[in-house]
Amino acid sequence: MASFGRFIRLAFGAWALLLLVTAVPASAQQVNPTASSVKEQQLLQELNRIQGRVSIPDQRSGVLEQPQGREWREFRNVTLPWIGGVAILGMIAVIVIFYLTVGMVRLEAGRSGRTIVRFNAFERFVHWLTATCFIVLAISGLNITFGRPLLLPLIGFEAFSEWSQWAKYAHNYLSFPFTLGVVLIFLMWIGGNIPNKVDIEWAKRGGGLIGHDHPPAYRFNGGQKMIYWIVVIGGGLVAASGYALMFPFYGTGIEGMQMAQIVHSIVAVLFVAAMIGHIYIGTIGMEGAFEAMGSGEVDVNWAREHHSLWLDEQKAQTGPNDGQPRPATAAAE
Amino acid sequence: MARMKFLCDADRCIECNACVTACKNEHEVPWGINRRRVVTINDGKPGERSISMACMHCTDAPCAAVCPVNCFYTTADAVVLHSKDLCIGCGYCFYACPFGAPQYPKVGNFGSRGKMDKCTYCAGGPEADGSKEEYEKYGANRLAEGKLPLCAEMCSTKSLLAGDGEIIAQIYRERVMKRGYGSGAWGWKTAYRETIES
Repeated sequence: MASFGRFIRLAFGAWALLLLVTAVPASAQQVNPTASSVKEQQLLQELNRIQGRVSIPDQRSGVLEQPQGREWREFRNVTLPWIGGVAILGMIAVIVIFYLTVGMVRLEAGRSGRTIVRFNAFERFVHWLTATCFIVLAISGLNITFGRPLLLPLIGFEAFSEWSQWAKYAHNYLSFPFTLGVVLIFLMWIGGNIPNKVDIEWAKRGGGLIGHDHPPAYRFNGGQKMIYWIVVIGGGLVAASGYALMFPFYGTGIEGMQMAQIVHSIVAVLFVAAMIGHIYIGTIGMEGAFEAMGSGEVDVNWAREHHSLWLDEQKAQTGPNDGQPRPATAAAE
Repeated sequence: MARMKFLCDADRCIECNACVTACKNEHEVPWGINRRRVVTINDGKPGERSISMACMHCTDAPCAAVCPVNCFYTTADAVVLHSKDLCIGCGYCFYACPFGAPQYPKVGNFGSRGKMDKCTYCAGGPEADGSKEEYEKYGANRLAEGKLPLCAEMCSTKSLLAGDGEIIAQIYRERVMKRGYGSGAWGWKTAYRETIES
């Protein structure tokens, strides 16, 4: 029995020693569970965003961090107001200087008193549909960028929010007729708006804006073709980017919407600047121009001075004696 | 006054989503909106971590900076709140927010964006503290009752900490020292431009 007791004691001793020997290194090398874990800074450096899995139904909330929101903020609060301010105020300044120095482009031969149809009722309807939508969209859009610094301090928080809410509704709803207008403009005027050699000559002579030059032009001159393509391409871009913003997460993630907002706002402020120029030339900038979109009929002398080749075409169609203007002095006042 | 912050100790979070549930229940947050969510990174792989995230109540908050109607305000406790009466639901705060905190109910025109909803740090809104109007729009105002946000208060592993930034940073620092590791205060650098050295 004594030998058995010695054996037990020995066995215990050996076991205890083994335990001690193995335990010492185990406690010395404390496992660091973060050694292999994901690191925030590393993830941000690699992708500039952190994304994972969420168990709630809203899967897009799996984006944990997107610090590029700060860059978008810089664009929205600093870059865009500068681009918009320079483009729009710059255009207005150019127009004011031009109007004060050169003034309205007059009909040199005066009015003939005879008119020729330039735009039919449907064309004018589409133009004014697009134009009225554009003006509301432009004002409500500029309100989002410039309203807070310029209008809010004047009318106060409640009134400004009320107005902005309605402006947002108008902006969203009128986007549909505006898009329709852009599509119709694209289809109905594409024929006359393909750039050609006449436009190069027209552009070389500065469109006849300076001095008393009247470079020849077909139905649409180089400047009008430019406006056409600004409306078609610019309108297409603002529509596409606008719908991406209006229907969040339909085909776009958060970067997609940030990009859409950047494209939408830059194109929109340049569009507004271009349209201010268009409105100027179509109204007080040129004698006899507004009638084209007003009554739809322009004076034959206006057509001869600004769209000589188009007038020749029209005369060829309707016969040689049609559209002959009387002398300027005989024009009824 | 305190400078309120959230801190999620990712080494403790077990992705139980109790914070998410507690928040939805406490504030009766409508369907489709989550003021808080738990994101798991490297799911199922070694080094997986879960982080509970809501509005971080940023210093110089991007949402407030880009809001076209200026509907955000910061309380004396540095909690970033907003007025649903002024909000027009444009979506700009969502584009700017680094943490995806702003949410929009699918109401209004084309069901795209109603008035924005986000974590209030259980601090309600501009209405009178504890009023019925405040509860309906923003949920409970626990801060006014002297209580901290419920998500952090009921966190079973005490992973999610809420409270004064200095105090919770100190708690986290002590934890890291004692256990010898820590994967950092997620989001702090982006939200507060500072992090906790560990």
